[in-house]
Amino acid sequence: MATTDLDTLERDLLSQVAAASDEAALETVRVAALGKKGSVSDLLKTLGAMTPDERKVRGPQINGLRDRVQGALAGRREALAEAALEARLAAERVDVTLPLREAPDTRGRIHPISQVMEEITAIFADMGFSVAEGPDIETDELNFTALNFPPGHPAREMHDTFFLAPDAQGKRKVLRTHTSPVQIRTMRAKAPPIRVIIPGRTYRHDSDQTHTPMFHQCEGLVIDKAANIANLKWVLEEFARAFFEVEAVKMRFRPSFFPFTEPSAEVDIQCSRKGGEIRFGEGTDWLEVLGCGMVHPNVLRNCGLDPDEVQGFAFGVGLDRIAMLKYGMPDLRPFFEADVRWLDHYGFRPLDVPSLVAGLTA
Amino acid sequence: MKFTLSWLKDHLDTGASLDAIAETLTRIGLEVEGIEDKAAALKPYVVARVLTAEQHPNADRLRVCTVDAGDGQPLQVVCGAPNARAGMISVFAPPGTYVPGKNITLSVGTIRGVESRGMLCSGAELGLGDDHDGILDLPGDAPVGQPYALYAGLDDPVIEINLTPNRPDCTAVSGIARDLAAVGLGTLKRAPEPPVRGESPCPVPVTLDLHEQHRDLAPLFALRLVRGVKNGPSPDWMQARLRAIGLRPINALVDITNYMTFDRGRPLHVFDAAKVQGGLTVRLARADESLKALDGREHRLGPEMVVIADAAGVESIAGIIGGEASGCDETTTDVLIESALWNPQNIAQTGRRLGVVTDARYRFERGVDPASTLPGLDQATRLVLEICGGTPTEATVVGEAPETERVIDFPWTEVRRLAGLDLPRVEMKVILEALGFHVAGSGDRVKVLTPSWRPDIEGKADLVEEVIRIAGLDRIEARPLPRSESVAKPVLTPIQKRTRLARRALAGRGLMEAVTWSFIPHADAELFGGGGADLVLANPIASELSDMRPSLVPGLLRAAQRNADRGYPDAALFEVGQCFASDAPEGQSVRATAVRRGTAGFTGAGRNWEGAAATVDAFQAKADALALLSALGVPTGGLQVVAGGPAWLHPGRSGTLQFGPKNQVGHFGEIHPRVMKALDLKGTLVAFEIDLGALPPTKQRATKTKPALALSDLQPLARDFAFVVGRDVPAGEIVRAAQGAERKLVVGVDVFDLYEGAGVPEGQKSVAVAVRLQPTERTLTDAEIEAVSQKIVAEVARKTGATLRG
Repeated sequence: MATTDLDTLERDLLSQVAAASDEAALETVRVAALGKKGSVSDLLKTLGAMTPDERKVRGPQINGLRDRVQGALAGRREALAEAALEARLAAERVDVTLPLREAPDTRGRIHPISQVMEEITAIFADMGFSVAEGPDIETDELNFTALNFPPGHPAREMHDTFFLAPDAQGKRKVLRTHTSPVQIRTMRAKAPPIRVIIPGRTYRHDSDQTHTPMFHQCEGLVIDKAANIANLKWVLEEFARAFFEVEAVKMRFRPSFFPFTEPSAEVDIQCSRKGGEIRFGEGTDWLEVLGCGMVHPNVLRNCGLDPDEVQGFAFGVGLDRIAMLKYGMPDLRPFFEADVRWLDHYGFRPLDVPSLVAGLTA
Repeated sequence: MKFTLSWLKDHLDTGASLDAIAETLTRIGLEVEGIEDKAAALKPYVVARVLTAEQHPNADRLRVCTVDAGDGQPLQVVCGAPNARAGMISVFAPPGTYVPGKNITLSVGTIRGVESRGMLCSGAELGLGDDHDGILDLPGDAPVGQPYALYAGLDDPVIEINLTPNRPDCTAVSGIARDLAAVGLGTLKRAPEPPVRGESPCPVPVTLDLHEQHRDLAPLFALRLVRGVKNGPSPDWMQARLRAIGLRPINALVDITNYMTFDRGRPLHVFDAAKVQGGLTVRLARADESLKALDGREHRLGPEMVVIADAAGVESIAGIIGGEASGCDETTTDVLIESALWNPQNIAQTGRRLGVVTDARYRFERGVDPASTLPGLDQATRLVLEICGGTPTEATVVGEAPETERVIDFPWTEVRRLAGLDLPRVEMKVILEALGFHVAGSGDRVKVLTPSWRPDIEGKADLVEEVIRIAGLDRIEARPLPRSESVAKPVLTPIQKRTRLARRALAGRGLMEAVTWSFIPHADAELFGGGGADLVLANPIASELSDMRPSLVPGLLRAAQRNADRGYPDAALFEVGQCFASDAPEGQSVRATAVRRGTAGFTGAGRNWEGAAATVDAFQAKADALALLSALGVPTGGLQVVAGGPAWLHPGRSGTLQFGPKNQVGHFGEIHPRVMKALDLKGTLVAFEIDLGALPPTKQRATKTKPALALSDLQPLARDFAFVVGRDVPAGEIVRAAQGAERKLVVGVDVFDLYEGAGVPEGQKSVAVAVRLQPTERTLTDAEIEAVSQKIVAEVARKTGATLRG
């Protein structure tokens, strides 16, 4: 075959390669050129019958032709694969703007009372307090008498009490009106030193805009040989600062009266109320937040402790109330209504676990 | 407790401002609840003369007035009051004034084309009563230009303190003054109070007719007759003060007793002597006695109540309220004044039983100063003589005041010990003495004698409170509580940890935590295994909050339905909280419960382009329950899931979780249709409930090291089996049998298909399981695999009667 024929063949083959529109067409071209009986294969076979001189000239021409055709085939194959991939990708397109269902762990909520209870526990655990609990249904003795509310004393009327039906002996149990009976249970069960907080559910026969018949309290109790009001002030200031997550709080201790503490005080925290929003650590208003005092000598005696030997303090705070103060819920009643809109808005995400390491809130 | 500033100044010589007094009261424990200062609130309102009043040119009902507000410059005011007329004296408010009765602030306005520069006011507009008849019409001599509040005697601010029940001494203005004097805000005024000399003995005999064991109910009773009194309205100053604190003036004699009650904390009673028959007897009420009292109510008396009776019967309930029949009115000429001492607990009990709240009861149940009985009688007598005239007799006195003073052995160091405050001894002594204590002795320990008016002071701690409350709690500096020297140890108990973890785990499954009432309707309690008599409240706040809950489920079911009623049908709620099986502490348990309604499944509710969520079923509840157990790390090796549950669950769509038949820990399933109907629930609701305290404890191991992990290099393999078995055979038994067939090799059994219908005989079902095998020593040969398969088929057949599906 003459050189011009080789050129013609090459032009022909290369145009066929370029024209192949898919893998199959390209394969047909390859077989026709490089297959057993292909046009280029046939030319290669002729090399064997040539003289060395002939082969010297024709060899490179035919091999060159083969290489170029092979190269063109490979190039075309790659181009076709690329195009096929592009086509596939185009076909596989999804609409990523389609909205998803919310995941379970983004839908779920922790109730603010539980969250605040954990926040308080984190703070007090750091100060060496453990958590004590007791039953909601209490004896009159533990809810009142042991706490220095003598029978018939008007101080009992400070608590609107829920009673259960009297038993065979005519004694009637009460729904605890405060978590303080757990103070008695703790002091009777364990020798000082004692540092506990007592969170729990409490009940008073009271229902209006700002009161619900059931609410939550958290008390603290410290009994040792030296704990005094100066220490009590420190504990409460540290607590308030840590809980409200502010640099400093200003507190005001006002003398007050609780039957189970002496001396007793109520504690106000300074705040501002700009635009209906309460902020601690600023402003000039006072907000009553806590009750506290030194454990009454009669209470210590009722627990078998000698008030001249041991001493200590107790304090109590409304959990629901400080949740409202910190997180801004305007009303108490919805806390217990289980309205999913309220829970969604005021509740906390399941992984918002309060800790002192990471901060109480995100 | 309410009083006015001028009243306080009767007892306290002070130049302190109202603000300083209020701030001090709060600081020493007499918390100021409110101050009503009408003089400040009504400052812009002045007495003014209406100079002219002409018909408004454009409005029939309006007049155009000119007003002189004191500076002689006539001001034009449009007025709609029918009584506005030239020459009258009324009250004027200039523009910029806030009008409390209308809740507006005045501005210069144009009314129907006529300019109006202020307003003539009615009493209602000033927030003083509700007369709407027209503008105030003052007497002709009212001083034009003077602030109206001053003119009307409204310039005496009223202070209300929130008195704690331990301070009976401060139910008296005189007692409050004493506290303020002690803190240095002024000095107590002590006018000489000479005893009253009677002309003759009191002619009315008094008998204390009480058994020896009841003598403490009426330790002391004093009575005096004043003859020839003229009873009419009490003087203006007394009426003004009584009105200011919310009391209605009645007549001088009654007003004097009310005045004494607040001025001295000394309740008294006055009888019209003409209406008392024979002598007075102090005794216990008799069965079936009753009294029509001054409150207009007929009170049925009980045998533990102390009364004052005459020959006609009961005339007064001791220390609480007098009777109508012997009360004083304008016709009274001879008055019997009673000053007595009663037992605080007895008064409290009687008052509670009768449901009567009076200023006398309020004081007697807190403890009236025993030493005030006779001086109080004299003080009241002097007021009667001064206001009503008359001639007093001597007092008849029966009984004697009990000794209530205590001597407290007081080491001064007690203040530092309890309060952490170092005060000079002299300061502490001055405080105690200013409060009426006597301090005897010197040195480290002194004897402190309590005053008769302080029944609340029992011991050293009370004295510490007195000292620091007057010295100032703000002087105590915060001091750190000593901290542990080691790294803090964990503080939560196992159940506390479980409670917390349960909340997070359930919230992580898309459930929202609810906190529902501990008390539920009686009918609900009964449906859920409760309703026992020991858990019924004697005084529920509402009939639907009557029983302590035996379960969290009913509260959550109702909550879910409420959400549905509000348009949120797919609620997924949980609660971790207390339930009650008895009134004993052991009867209280902590349970975790979740309720799903509608389509509120784990993956989400409602319709979605990926596919609509199915209605919730028992398996959603089962998944929640098992996820909780897993999150709590409860060892579930021995856990059994048994068909059926308590009566509130659908019997065919519920299960019980147990570790052996006697150790049930919870239930799950669909709510029983009967319960749905009883609670008026719609749609589909599923629930689970687990008693967290009943779960086996997490194993406490000596080491935190986990068991060694043995991983095989050999490929696991799976073999599928389709069994045909009776319809009622639980699939769980097939799974368990397959697992048990070759424990060394079988590492997992999954049910991947269930089928009933064509190709499977009637009453039977096909259960397809995939068994995963994990060789550990060497690759299994085909023969070995076949042998294991045979074993599995045989074991399943033996345990369940299943055959391999052909």
